[in-house]
Amino acid sequence: MSVEIEFTDDHGSAGGFATEEMTLNMGPQHPSTHGVLRFVVKADGEVMRRAVPDVGYLHRSIEKIAEKVGWHGFMPYTDRVDYVAAMTCNQAWAMAAESLGGVEVPRRAEYCRVIAAELGRICSHLLAFGAMGMDIGAFTPFTHAIREREMINDLLEELCGARLTFNYLRIGGVAWDLPPDYAHKVLRFLDRFIPLVDEFDDLLSNNKIYIERLADVAVISPEMAIAYNLVGPNLRASGVDYDLRRDRPYSVYPDFDFTVPVGKGTWGSVGDCWERYIVRLHEMRESAKIVRQALEGLPGGPVIAKVRRNFKPPAGEVHIRVETPRGDQSWYVVSDGSERPYRVHIRTGSFSAMSIIESLSNGLMIADLVALIASLDVVAPEVDR
Amino acid sequence: MSLVNSVPEMVLTTKVDQLLNWTRKSSLWYMLFGLACCAIELMQTGGPRADLDRFGMAPRATPRTSDLMIVAGTLTLKMALRTKLLYEQMPEPKYVVSMGSCSNCGGLFQLAYSVCDGVDKVIPVDVYVPGCPPRPEALTDGLILLQKKMSEEKWLVRPSAEEAALLS
Amino acid sequence: MAGAAECGGGSVALVELSRVERDMEIAAIRRLLHDKLGAAVGVVEEGPHYESIRIDDDAVERAAMLLRDTPELRFDCLSNLSGCDYPGRGAIDIVYDLYSYEFDRSLVLRVSTRRGDPLVDSVERVWPAANWLEREVFDLLGVRFRGHSDLRRILLPEDWVGHPLRKDYVEPEQYHGISTVRESMLGIRSGS
Ligand code: SF4
Repeated sequence: MSVEIEFTDDHGSAGGFATEEMTLNMGPQHPSTHGVLRFVVKADGEVMRRAVPDVGYLHRSIEKIAEKVGWHGFMPYTDRVDYVAAMTCNQAWAMAAESLGGVEVPRRAEYCRVIAAELGRICSHLLAFGAMGMDIGAFTPFTHAIREREMINDLLEELCGARLTFNYLRIGGVAWDLPPDYAHKVLRFLDRFIPLVDEFDDLLSNNKIYIERLADVAVISPEMAIAYNLVGPNLRASGVDYDLRRDRPYSVYPDFDFTVPVGKGTWGSVGDCWERYIVRLHEMRESAKIVRQALEGLPGGPVIAKVRRNFKPPAGEVHIRVETPRGDQSWYVVSDGSERPYRVHIRTGSFSAMSIIESLSNGLMIADLVALIASLDVVAPEVDR
Repeated sequence: MSLVNSVPEMVLTTKVDQLLNWTRKSSLWYMLFGLACCAIELMQTGGPRADLDRFGMAPRATPRTSDLMIVAGTLTLKMALRTKLLYEQMPEPKYVVSMGSCSNCGGLFQLAYSVCDGVDKVIPVDVYVPGCPPRPEALTDGLILLQKKMSEEKWLVRPSAEEAALLS
Repeated sequence: MAGAAECGGGSVALVELSRVERDMEIAAIRRLLHDKLGAAVGVVEEGPHYESIRIDDDAVERAAMLLRDTPELRFDCLSNLSGCDYPGRGAIDIVYDLYSYEFDRSLVLRVSTRRGDPLVDSVERVWPAANWLEREVFDLLGVRFRGHSDLRRILLPEDWVGHPLRKDYVEPEQYHGISTVRESMLGIRSGS
């Protein structure tokens, strides 16, 4: 007697076996959800029908706190908006306050900011690289990434005294000038680090298993990316050549020469998980270029403008957009002319990246969900704030 | 020639309690419970430079196989109830290290409406590590402190209720 | 590098269009909307940093459709959507920050809704990104969005009471038996 089994594309019950949809819970404590994120997965065997994100497990009411502490006092909190890349969040807040208060930032301070922000970007992308490997099942790259991160942490610690939550920027400039001999140390690190990025390529990027796991998985088209407001490396991986640092320049970015890596569809299609990963790897090289140029062209002068301790920008509101490692972070800041901000709203890259997951999840394997989250480089505090 | 004399270096006399505690404290498996910024430092501590592995500590993904919960980060009210659940899922004996000001007392986020000011409001804590975030060295120090605490525990003869009251 | 070369120099934080150019642009967009939607499109509001177009709460979706689909405008991206509570005016303002990748142009729309019963058209069908952003505004400010497919709390737990970003929000004393204040050693109560 032979049983005829027919497999259908949609894994429904049209074949020989009737299947049943099951509901799985993933998180909030899960090793590969990058912090406290939770998914409710409706799956049919290994294939997902829907993965519904449940966020807010790290909602620390940062926006409300902004209304309680002063303009200067909010700076440490911006570190915690995205602790993996705190410098760029500092920068966004400083820019918002400066733009409201009409503060002119000294040129040297802008250079210091750029150096710090780009080092922070390398630091953040390193974590994304390591975590991505780990989520796919390769533990070794993670240790490599952490080793390099420690070096950057040392550099940033020398700059501002903290390893993670920097609080380096001030409204009107930066807290401290570069320490003596800093350029030399940074350059020595970069000379050592950039060849290692090529090593990462050998170690992970071109690994056969790795490519199999990521190429052509969870492809995001450019139209979809824009409609869901995907930003930063995720957007560029989908083939949209857009980087705020180049296309809506702020700070002193026009002074620097760098390229913007865009997804090319090397192993699969444009906008798949592998492209999102490789764009970050390339960006580390570009950031290193910017740091080198900034150290070379560092102008003299003061590093902070005169800003009153009791800073009260005139009433008004601004939209500030800053290119963080997780893409365009959009700040909406309202001042009513008092010593406290009236309203601060932060739309972050991870927030929009999370919102796209539900519509992408249909038809993915459960294991691919992990790859998708890792490739979008979602960090929980940015989603929840 | 007696047997005892032939292997003098190979025999160790110890108490059963000490032996048990020594084995327990040298393979302290901690649950990956990174909540916020402190989790990054927790990862760095597990990384190559600080290298928690040399104390026999390894990260575990699930509460059911771990001895230690390192609460690393801000505990929000939404997460607090889940934390209790996770703690209850861990097998005895279990320990909790509270890492960072946030999980010690709410830290920076005492001003927040949605943050639980201190993990000790939901689960008992053995060691508090201050800092925002604590450096890997500080966390390692806290864990060594916990090991010390573990090595003094008694398993064969439990102190009576009065003795326990006296001790504490 | 074309973009960077054009606007080289100057350490000013933001490079913007000159005042005159911007005025013309936004006036033209307003006229275009006004032709199609009539009185629902309000005035162009001056601000120290940018202008915004005021729209009625029940015309947002239609305006959004027009802005996205008109070939000269093509605002294909909703960059930000924020709410702000103004108890003095008895209103909650919703601010839409639109962006067009094609023309590299921004536009701000502003909608006022009554504080007592805030209700605004959802733009989720125009820009899917609005789904979560509107849920966030609903969660933290209590604004309901007409036609939203899944209007639930997003950041706070389902059983949370109140909308914390309102100016008159009173923080709860406890949540599921966990008190939200901590007596400090100095006798100062936290959370206030
Ligand atoms: S203690 Fe500081 S570093 Fe740690 S979670 Fe809290 S805010 Fe973040």
